[in-house]
Amino acid sequence: MEWGKVALYALCVVGVAATMLALSALVTRWLGPRQKRREKLEPYECGVPIQSPTRQRFSVHFYLVAILFILFDIEMVFLVPWAVLFRKLGVAGLIEMGLFLGVIGFGLAYVWRRGALNWE
Amino acid sequence: MRWIDLAKIGFVLAMVLSIVPVLVWLERKVSAFIQGRIGPNRTAVFGMRMAGLFQPLADAVKFIFKEDVVPLRVNRFLYTLAPTLVFVPPAIAFTVIPFGNKWGNEPLIVADVPIGILLLMSVLSISVYGLAFGGWASNNKFSLLGGLRSSAQMISYELTLGLTIITAVMMAGSVNPIEIVEKQAREGWNIVGGGNLWLAPAGIVATLLFYVASLAENNRLPFDLPECDAELVGGYHTEYSSMKFAMFFMGEYVAMVTMSALMVTLWLGGWHFPGLTRLHEGPYHWTEALVSHMVFMVKMGLVLFLAIWIRWTLPRYRYDQLMDLGWKRLVPLALATLVVVGVVGVLTHV
Repeated sequence: MEWGKVALYALCVVGVAATMLALSALVTRWLGPRQKRREKLEPYECGVPIQSPTRQRFSVHFYLVAILFILFDIEMVFLVPWAVLFRKLGVAGLIEMGLFLGVIGFGLAYVWRRGALNWE
Repeated sequence: MRWIDLAKIGFVLAMVLSIVPVLVWLERKVSAFIQGRIGPNRTAVFGMRMAGLFQPLADAVKFIFKEDVVPLRVNRFLYTLAPTLVFVPPAIAFTVIPFGNKWGNEPLIVADVPIGILLLMSVLSISVYGLAFGGWASNNKFSLLGGLRSSAQMISYELTLGLTIITAVMMAGSVNPIEIVEKQAREGWNIVGGGNLWLAPAGIVATLLFYVASLAENNRLPFDLPECDAELVGGYHTEYSSMKFAMFFMGEYVAMVTMSALMVTLWLGGWHFPGLTRLHEGPYHWTEALVSHMVFMVKMGLVLFLAIWIRWTLPRYRYDQLMDLGWKRLVPLALATLVVVGVVGVLTHV
């Protein structure tokens, strides 16, 4: 029932987005200016002809950040059930979570030490 | 599906979509005020100028009448999908935010999902795809760099955001947004420890962390690296024009509204304000519902105003400073806050 409402609302939002896209596809194309020239349809590169293809290799740092993010994000998923119940779980739960967070903290310190968090 | 559910869906949709133009107007007026200008004041309907309040309307009309340039080498599917993916998720996230107390016995929230906060976290993280797709599909070097940068920035600050959200969940002891707000109304706002004064320092730190992370998530200054015009032209939306650009633009503002609403819900007591609204048994009068909604809106407006104020006051970060701040300062600090809340919460619980 509640999820049905979420779905209906989501459908409405997607509908709004689709309307805007349709507006750009129909109304804008019909009423807006249409001047297509070859130079205009090239990707913008400061007004000069394209110097090199775009699909090139890029800095490995971005992959690194993504991988680190996934690791720490999964850690967060494990934290949620404990966060709801941590008062009831008491000291025992605290020690267990402390060990888990200790390992995570050690991981962060290791990554930091190895320089994976540095940007040049 | 009862009528009231449909009414709530319509109301929230209208609310989200109508806050955006007002917010755009507010942003331009406040920026003008801060810079000693007048700001937009020429648009008029039937001779009424209303201090330029119709400016966003004129903008919308202009967006429709602009040529929709689709460059030749783009990946058309992803190029069209990207603005949708930026616009839709933050709007959907509004389903689980209580925008008031109750009307009769009807909670003022679109869907009372038991795991609302988790739904919100998962939905909000989808919008990263919009930026990444937009940057990649444009087949433009500036867009690609902007998309990469912004996705790296968003996922980095999502860690801090998630950790502080979990801290709020710990204080409230629930992932249900209604319960989180009701606990704050009963015992005290989360920013001052949610009824436990020992947690007040951690609450204040976590609130500030959440706010900084939410600014970075929304690519707001001082963290608007994705579109720093001096280096990247327009970032991931360099190649977008007309309505597709408008969708990126609107998505950004919808995300701001959602984040502010989340900030109010998690830390600033939601619809609760001492002396104005209170929690009691039985049906609520419609005036109580109205006042609680107004309290929520005013709080959200203040948080939004703070974001605008910050944008026009602080200069932009450099990219390496941004990543340093995210990974080396905010994430450890958020982890430490979480541990402090855990330890203090358990020790003072007995």
